[in-house]
Amino acid sequence: MSAPAPSDLRIITSRFDVEDGHTLAGYERTGGYAGLRRALEMAPADVHGEVRTASLLGRGGAGFPAGVKWGFCPPGVWPRYLVVNGDESEPGTYKDRLLMERDPHQLIEGCLIACYALGLSQCFLYVRGEMAHAQERLAAALNEAYEAGYVGANVLGAEDFSVDITLHWGAGAYIVGEETALIESLEGDRGMPRLKPPYFPASIGLYGKPTIVNNVETLANLPWIVSNGGDAFAAMGSDSSTGTRVFAVSGHVATPGVFEVPFGTTTFREIIFDPQYAGGMRPGRTLKTFIPGGASAPWFFEEHLDLPLEKTTVDQAGSMLGSGAIVVMDDTTDVVKACHNVVRFFARESCGKCTPCREGTSWLEKILGRILAGQGRPQDLDLLMDVCDNISPGINWPPRQTTICPLGPSAVSPIASALERFRDEFEAYLPATAVAVTTSSGVAS
Amino acid sequence: MARLNSNSLAIAQEIIGRYPVPRSALIPLLHLAQEQDGYVAEDAMAHIAELVEVTPAEVMGTCSFYEMLKREPVGDYMVNICNGISCHLLGASALIHHAEDTLGVKPGGTTDDGKITLEAVECIAACTEAPCLQVNYRYRNQVTTEDFDQLVADLRADAAGVAPHGQLAKVRQHVSEDRWAGVSPPHGQGEPAWMARNPSDNGDGS
Amino acid sequence: MSDRETVVNITVNGQPVEAQPGEWVIAAAERAGVYIPHFCYHPRMSSVGMCRMCIVDIDAGRGPALQPSCMVEVSEGMVVDTTSEQTRKAQDGVLEFLLLNHPLDCPVCDKGGECPLQDQTMAYGPGESRFIEEKRHFEKPIPVNSLVYLDRERCILCDRCTRFADEVAGDPLITFQDRGDQTQVNTFPDLPFSSYFSGNTVQICPVGALTAVPYRFKARPWDLTEVESTYPNPMGDRVVVQASRDQVLRYQGVDSDAVNWGWLTDKDRFSFEATASELRLGSPLIRGTPLGRPDPGGSELVETSWRQALTLAADAIRGAVEDKGPQSVAVLGGARLTNEDQYAWARLVKGVIGTDNVDAQLDDGLPADVVLGLPRATINRSCTPGGTVILMAPDPKEEQGTLYLRLRHAVVNDGVQLIELTPRATGLSHLAAHRLHHRPAEAAAVAAALVGGDIDAGPDGEIGGVPGDALAAAAAALADRADKPITVIVGRPSLAETDGPTVDAVAELARFAKLLAAGGRPGIAFLPALHRGNVLGALDMGLAPGLLPGRVSLDDGGSALAQLWGAVPAAPGADARGILKAAANGHIDVLVLLGADPLGDFPDQDLANAALEAVGTIIASDLFLNPSSARAHIVFPAAGFGERQGTHTNMEGRVTRERQIVTSPGTARADWAIATELARMLGADFGFGSPEDVWEEITRVAPSHRDVSQEAIDAAADGAVVADSSIAFSPPEGPTSVPHVDAYSLRLVSTRRMYDRGTLFQHVPSLAKLAPNAVLALNPYDFDRVGVDSGTEVQVISNVGELDMPVVADPGVPRGTAAFGYNHPDLDVRALIDNDSVVTDLRIQT
Repeated sequence: MSAPAPSDLRIITSRFDVEDGHTLAGYERTGGYAGLRRALEMAPADVHGEVRTASLLGRGGAGFPAGVKWGFCPPGVWPRYLVVNGDESEPGTYKDRLLMERDPHQLIEGCLIACYALGLSQCFLYVRGEMAHAQERLAAALNEAYEAGYVGANVLGAEDFSVDITLHWGAGAYIVGEETALIESLEGDRGMPRLKPPYFPASIGLYGKPTIVNNVETLANLPWIVSNGGDAFAAMGSDSSTGTRVFAVSGHVATPGVFEVPFGTTTFREIIFDPQYAGGMRPGRTLKTFIPGGASAPWFFEEHLDLPLEKTTVDQAGSMLGSGAIVVMDDTTDVVKACHNVVRFFARESCGKCTPCREGTSWLEKILGRILAGQGRPQDLDLLMDVCDNISPGINWPPRQTTICPLGPSAVSPIASALERFRDEFEAYLPATAVAVTTSSGVAS
Repeated sequence: MARLNSNSLAIAQEIIGRYPVPRSALIPLLHLAQEQDGYVAEDAMAHIAELVEVTPAEVMGTCSFYEMLKREPVGDYMVNICNGISCHLLGASALIHHAEDTLGVKPGGTTDDGKITLEAVECIAACTEAPCLQVNYRYRNQVTTEDFDQLVADLRADAAGVAPHGQLAKVRQHVSEDRWAGVSPPHGQGEPAWMARNPSDNGDGS
Repeated sequence: MSDRETVVNITVNGQPVEAQPGEWVIAAAERAGVYIPHFCYHPRMSSVGMCRMCIVDIDAGRGPALQPSCMVEVSEGMVVDTTSEQTRKAQDGVLEFLLLNHPLDCPVCDKGGECPLQDQTMAYGPGESRFIEEKRHFEKPIPVNSLVYLDRERCILCDRCTRFADEVAGDPLITFQDRGDQTQVNTFPDLPFSSYFSGNTVQICPVGALTAVPYRFKARPWDLTEVESTYPNPMGDRVVVQASRDQVLRYQGVDSDAVNWGWLTDKDRFSFEATASELRLGSPLIRGTPLGRPDPGGSELVETSWRQALTLAADAIRGAVEDKGPQSVAVLGGARLTNEDQYAWARLVKGVIGTDNVDAQLDDGLPADVVLGLPRATINRSCTPGGTVILMAPDPKEEQGTLYLRLRHAVVNDGVQLIELTPRATGLSHLAAHRLHHRPAEAAAVAAALVGGDIDAGPDGEIGGVPGDALAAAAAALADRADKPITVIVGRPSLAETDGPTVDAVAELARFAKLLAAGGRPGIAFLPALHRGNVLGALDMGLAPGLLPGRVSLDDGGSALAQLWGAVPAAPGADARGILKAAANGHIDVLVLLGADPLGDFPDQDLANAALEAVGTIIASDLFLNPSSARAHIVFPAAGFGERQGTHTNMEGRVTRERQIVTSPGTARADWAIATELARMLGADFGFGSPEDVWEEITRVAPSHRDVSQEAIDAAADGAVVADSSIAFSPPEGPTSVPHVDAYSLRLVSTRRMYDRGTLFQHVPSLAKLAPNAVLALNPYDFDRVGVDSGTEVQVISNVGELDMPVVADPGVPRGTAAFGYNHPDLDVRALIDNDSVVTDLRIQT
């Protein structure tokens, strides 16, 4: 099967324009639950096999192959749980909410397929707390699906297949998007990440049992994959980044939007500049920088525009596709303020568990705030970098970390990017009396 | 303000019943308390502690971690202006300043009439609609200062079509008893029955 | 580790290290002498990897990477580098982060001088701070309970106190609150950290965030001298006693692998306040005139000289013996003394005076043959992973706090299955695999069914009030795990019943123990959970009727000992109840109270009162005047814990040292010296010049203690366990007959609370006010039948008395049972206990 033309490539956003696509009637009318019916005709292991064949990469941020992740459950340990990560909170990211609001049954169907394939006997659908509309759309869809026999006891009449889906919702904490923190939160605790290893959810997850944590978009792909085959999915996109992906392009672009595009072949230039996508810069403006994969990602510049939206390529170029959030900044942008904004986000969202993140991110925010207030000192720019180094030794990509989870190191990305490229803009904020000579001292002696 | 009333309690019991371990219902129950009283009262936390078999201090530990759960009364309407990076680039600061001037409060403050609590919040996932805000977690997109002023007028007149603070989804999950398969407790479970299904001809089972 | 298969070879800083499987890198490194700095890691709690101070370069085959050494298990071939440039930079960074918001108030901080954060900063920290922003502010300090203050500005959020509260104590009443750099430790508003174990959080706090009210601003670490010692409680908790200027200021738990793992109860930790009390006895007292002249009928106790007091005591004893024979002298108590004290008194009483009317227990313990005549378990055996504990004792949380902590850990972390065979719920009930809450005094039938394999539940489907199916499930679970050690923790589960039902139940389990042992399995052993600090030592030293030092009976060992001592009593004497009855009947002329308070402690208060009335001369040796010693004619001031030297025997039979660090008040003396002096005045020279002399004689005289030399005690960190015994358990000939409870009555269970009206406890100002008042607790079903609001005062009537007290619902009390505490300060509930019956039944009137 050859790759379809881009216009045909609405796999998971295909119902976004269907008025009643979120209802069971609308969903069934447009081919809904065919994937589930197909899956139930197959052996569970074969369904898993299709997902492996599809090479479906996780759409949450880390981009790990879902089929491989599924294989990490220790054999013979039951029960196993499915936890759906719908806690979409990464600044710039905006796709899971639409998938939940506009096509909730597609997600439910994806959950059922995953449960069937892996023997997961209960699913918890964790939706971000602030997404009231998504919660009610999912609640309504689940209520319909339960009554129609798709979910719950004896799915589609099968004597041997029963799965419950419990709709759960958060209460405002970005870190809960991290899968081990998500599990802590689902257990009624503070969303503080656990160390991996040993707490890989697939082996020690919810209630200490094997748990598959998948992103909303990842699961939303399953109905199509099972209906059309893993090979057909793998034929789309590039060799290593298969299928389609949904990207939100926001910031200083003419027509910001959420676009489903072939994964791995579309370039940044296309998605930012093509009229069918974000339509380029606002009139009279030029590109200054862009964040390719959510606030945690190191920034990209003009020279990165022709890179494809492909995981490996972007990784090798020193950043990540992350959660599919492209934030574009034009020449009007005050990068110090932008940098402060992103760092403030991480400082505010640090869970407080690891010392370097808890203390370091808020220190970085304070230093940046002081610089913005005109009270910077010449040594502050090197201090910023050294504090960054103590959170993420070496300030490399992929980041090393002195913390359990990547939140702390994420705050390093904007500082490292902005300071490297736009140091003069930081220096411009220093008071005129401050001598703009900096040293590269380490820890003060 | 108080413990959960009988109506909330019935909902709480149904929610708890959907989890293998009662403590998992903690956050949904805290939302429920907030729906009842507009905020999470201490008595409600103590009541929830009893329901999910933890100490009130543990409930407080969880409750205080999450920004949406307010432990002091807030206005009828939480106006959360997004200050995420995308909104920041498109005028969030100006909108926040405008809101401060209009409402006469800083972020975190509540207007004297008790109607509106203003907050500047992190990204609320409407980045292509910047600058945006939420009123009691309902979106307002591409908000101009004029839009904001109209919104404030509507809220003061309770004419914005937004439920009072505390209510999230207007539809709750509800499963009839005969459709519920039964929670999967973490212990004493074997391999699910369907995993024994034989591989079919068209799959290699790998 | 000698077994090759149980060794993991790693390299730490270039040196080969043999680690244990499953060991954390930080622990393996420390054993190898490489200290990795840390704040959140604590070897007795789960690792959380929060502080990040212990990150080091660890190469497990995929190249070196910074990892928290407290959360990485050793693996074969692992290479650890704690000195690499990367490690140093990261650790310096963490230290700097920790100091950002930490106040610079070390000069006024209790922790100063013993503070890991201060030590790390001095050793490795930057000279000056690069942080010029405003530090985080909190109101400081706030009380988390009446004993512990919390300074949240000093707190580095290591999670030790909160983890302790949750994991170790099971009292998660302090938690992390708020988030990020605003995170703080706190309680729920107006709900204090009410835990019997809160002082441990102060000890393990790696900074000065948590301070103990009784110690605040009292001393600096460099002013303190210290000795390692044994707290004289039934667990024999290992402690360090710290003093300054001849005053004890602090007890710190010592991490003894076999015993308390470093933990102490607050009751014990803060009891030094009693030792230092102004009200301690510092001079001998006698009945006399205001000028100090002896006057046996005098109403005042007046100070006198030791010579005078000893002479009067010796005269009274001599007179009684001459008048009515040795059995007219009786001794109660001694369970709070050291082994040496006990031995000296035993020799005086049994070998010199010649009476066997001696009992260290006050009718609230178990017969010596139960304690000494059954295979004894160690604490560690009872905590064997996968093993079974049958709890047939009062609530360990109330009576043996650190045992409770050990058991809790064993059940939660090591898969020990707990079977509760008690008349009401305990602090461990929510962790118990099987809760067999039986009707009071009917443990034996339940025990028989549990181990007998034949559950005939009868028409009501119950045995002793326990549903037959619950019993069957417990019996199956017990049989399932019979390949692992089974430990019976045995004590007196209720003071409102005689010891008969408990002994009957022990007999059933002992029969099963024999069956199991025949199968070559680890079988059943018993761990006695008795009240009073050194009650096991008292039994070992012969302070019980019919017993001689060394776990030998008067019948079996009398002739041998008579050769060494010169004489032994002619016949077995009476126990505490018998002694008090004899006294009330005028048969006891001299009653010696060794730290005993029968008026306050003996279940039958009327009998105790009548006995003290009738006795001609009461001689007391004590730390304080208590209700009984206040009625004595001669009072010897005794040395207390911290003031005396000697050894202690815990519930396992473990002998460890008690060490002196301060002098006793006034002229107070150690009990062994008092006994020795009194013996001398009665014509016997023991030749004891020191407690070591006494111990040396014990090892010669006491058969069970022959191998327990001073050297043996000191050879291991955890002392020596005395295992031999020539006492055999003698099962009762017939079961105790328990009357039926009528339909209108509730059967009583009465147990001790940790915080009580006890003399020592009431002399600890920080704790005394925490003792709760008495309430009558009923099952909610029975409570509803009473038809009053919770807390309403009701009239409680037994066939011996009536009292008004508030009634509350408590699901931990089985239906048909009523429960109240035995030792509340406000209300002496003994007035209701019918001592002439096996059990007491109550009626309630509203």
